[in-house]
Amino acid sequence: MSALIYDGVRIALNGRTLLDIQANVEAGQTLTIMGPSGSGKSSLLAYTGGFLGPAFEASGAILLNGQDVTQLPAYRRHTGILFQDPLLFPHMSVGGNLIFAVPQSIRGAERDERVAQALAHAELPDFADRDPATLSGGQKARVALMRVLLAEPKALLLDEPFSKLDSGLRDQVRSFVFAEAKRQNLPTVLVTHDEADAEAAGGQVIALG
Amino acid sequence: MLRLAPALAIGILLGPVAFGILATLIPAFGYLPSLGAFEVSTRYFAEVWATPGIVQSALLSLSTGLVTTAVALLVVFLFVAGWHGTPAFLRMQHFLSPLLSVPHAAAAFGLAFLIAPSGQIMRLLSPWATGSTRPPDLLILQDPLGLSMMAGLIVKEIPFLLLVTLAALPQASVARSGQIAGALGYGRMSGFLFTSWPAIYRQIRLAVFAVIAYATSVVDVAIILGPSTPSTLAVRLTQWMNDPDLALRLTASAGALVQLGLTLLAIALWIAAEWIGRLVRLSLERRGKRLARDQWLRGTALAATVLAGLAVFAGLAILAIWSVAGFWSFPDALPRNFTLDTWSRALPSIGRPLSITITTALAAVFAATALALACLELEARTGRTGGSRALWFVYLPLIVPQVSFVFGLQLFFLNIGLDATWLALAFVHLVFVLPYVFLSLSDPWRAWDQRYASIAYGLGATPNRTFWRVRLPMLLKPALAASAVGFAVSIGQYLPTVLIGAGRLPTITTEAVALASGGDRRVIGVYAFLQMVLPFIGFALATMIPAFLFRNRRDMGTAA
Repeated sequence: MSALIYDGVRIALNGRTLLDIQANVEAGQTLTIMGPSGSGKSSLLAYTGGFLGPAFEASGAILLNGQDVTQLPAYRRHTGILFQDPLLFPHMSVGGNLIFAVPQSIRGAERDERVAQALAHAELPDFADRDPATLSGGQKARVALMRVLLAEPKALLLDEPFSKLDSGLRDQVRSFVFAEAKRQNLPTVLVTHDEADAEAAGGQVIALG
Repeated sequence: MLRLAPALAIGILLGPVAFGILATLIPAFGYLPSLGAFEVSTRYFAEVWATPGIVQSALLSLSTGLVTTAVALLVVFLFVAGWHGTPAFLRMQHFLSPLLSVPHAAAAFGLAFLIAPSGQIMRLLSPWATGSTRPPDLLILQDPLGLSMMAGLIVKEIPFLLLVTLAALPQASVARSGQIAGALGYGRMSGFLFTSWPAIYRQIRLAVFAVIAYATSVVDVAIILGPSTPSTLAVRLTQWMNDPDLALRLTASAGALVQLGLTLLAIALWIAAEWIGRLVRLSLERRGKRLARDQWLRGTALAATVLAGLAVFAGLAILAIWSVAGFWSFPDALPRNFTLDTWSRALPSIGRPLSITITTALAAVFAATALALACLELEARTGRTGGSRALWFVYLPLIVPQVSFVFGLQLFFLNIGLDATWLALAFVHLVFVLPYVFLSLSDPWRAWDQRYASIAYGLGATPNRTFWRVRLPMLLKPALAASAVGFAVSIGQYLPTVLIGAGRLPTITTEAVALASGGDRRVIGVYAFLQMVLPFIGFALATMIPAFLFRNRRDMGTAA
């Protein structure tokens, strides 16, 4: 059984079909959706994450680890998402952003412990009390990834997360993200218009539009 | 709970208006059992008609509404057309924004202290220019045509209409259209008129109607600056409503309906004028009129806007000076000495009005903000907005004249034994505070990057946790700013407070207006000063609280 299954997923906007997908994504593997902007590729991530706008018509099932999550609300799907921007919550410290993600079942000192481990892993020790606004682009991207991973997601959704980084940083962040996805054995869906992203992801590629 | 919020909000906006009009309608036709009146007739309308000078009062109300709105909108249009996108525009925006929070009555007193025959302008001109050491014998205040009353309303409506227009600007891509029109040889102002104004006007139209409704039925400004022989229709109705002779209430009810008809007539005339204006614009467009030499008009527009702002600021400063003035004879520009005597004399009687003012405002603002947040949060979760129909509901209490439905509410509260209670007062304030809170909050709330919520949901945070931990803290600044607007609106309410409180729930505003006829400038200065200082404290707190909470969060200064 694949970790993430799209069973006849079809998304349309104003009667126009944007995508029609049948795909299995194994744990630790990446499915890449390629397409120009306006092709509706991000709508697949919104449908997977449970936050597709009411203007879209969508059908078909999404199975996560064998469970049909199509009807579940977004917050019960545990699909971590990274957007083009790191979108760290600006009113919280770096540590505050991370501890917000730690599941509520984990209690007490263990919560802080997880945050400290994540920061150490991202090579950002002593950053817990920092204002996210003072971080560099690469640092923000790493904190954003750590925040997603701390929530113990069942799948990882990437919405062109490297497109706004400058080229030197892009390779670095990209390999960090894919290495982590593999290490955590997450099925990953990547939406991009950059061939290099697809190559780095190294999995199945579906081209739209 | 959240799902009930829109219905509750609509109930609060629509219910009192509908119910209030109904409760005015029935006694207007002679049926008011509590006064022993059961006979259904139209004689009370005949009584209104037979009142001496009533036609003159009605015409005064009508002309005040139309002239005020036309002049204020014209100034705002010319200013925005001539100056949008310039540094001067931005400076004026910062200069005029605080004026929105100044209660109408305080601004009117300020203007009165400025332009009266013995006012500050005459003092500054005397004796060197006027050649006189005595106040001239001129009827400037309370002139029979209502010109000073119109001026008092115009200077207050200009900041309002300007801020409403500013909110509509981003959707109209004004800069780009202006460049294209400019490249075709159109003037800055004509380019704006032809390309951007129609879309902007569509968006601010309800606000313009609200100004018409307000100016045709205003009571406090009319008492302070308006003529008394005769007064405007709304002022006379208010006198009847508060008259010890209870039989006059039936006549007042009929009059309240006449006022409603009058305001609707003013709006109908305005719509006819809109239609003519549109034809003129289309004709100019078709003939390709470039109207490129608009420098003089731009200058005039800027001068008019600055003058309107300065008049209010100068008036407020004069009020403050009067409140601490010692001996001050004409034509001295400043008092000979300053003293806190007036304050210490007024202080013992300020306590109760002040606490009623603040507790009523806080209760109304808290309820309004909670309701607006609930409606907007539900909208964000479901992705469904109320559309343009919802906007009509929001504006309804602002477009129906207060005097036409609050009196009915007073009769209603009387019947259920809640008359002149704090609860009834806070509820009626809520009706007028809610629209402003909702309108102030909805734009920043909707502009918030929804991806933050998607991220929080993806992290497993429930919608409630996302609201309390992410969305509300990130939008704390606009939420508090909207509350401050609501607070200022509540402080400024005159008529609803007088009618619902039935004289037993004095606020700073009702006390200030009550002092108008006495003419003791020092005491008026104290109350009017408090009137403007309370909203200012609200805005200061709304700015300082988020600044303090997020002092170490750089992006919170700019975000939303």
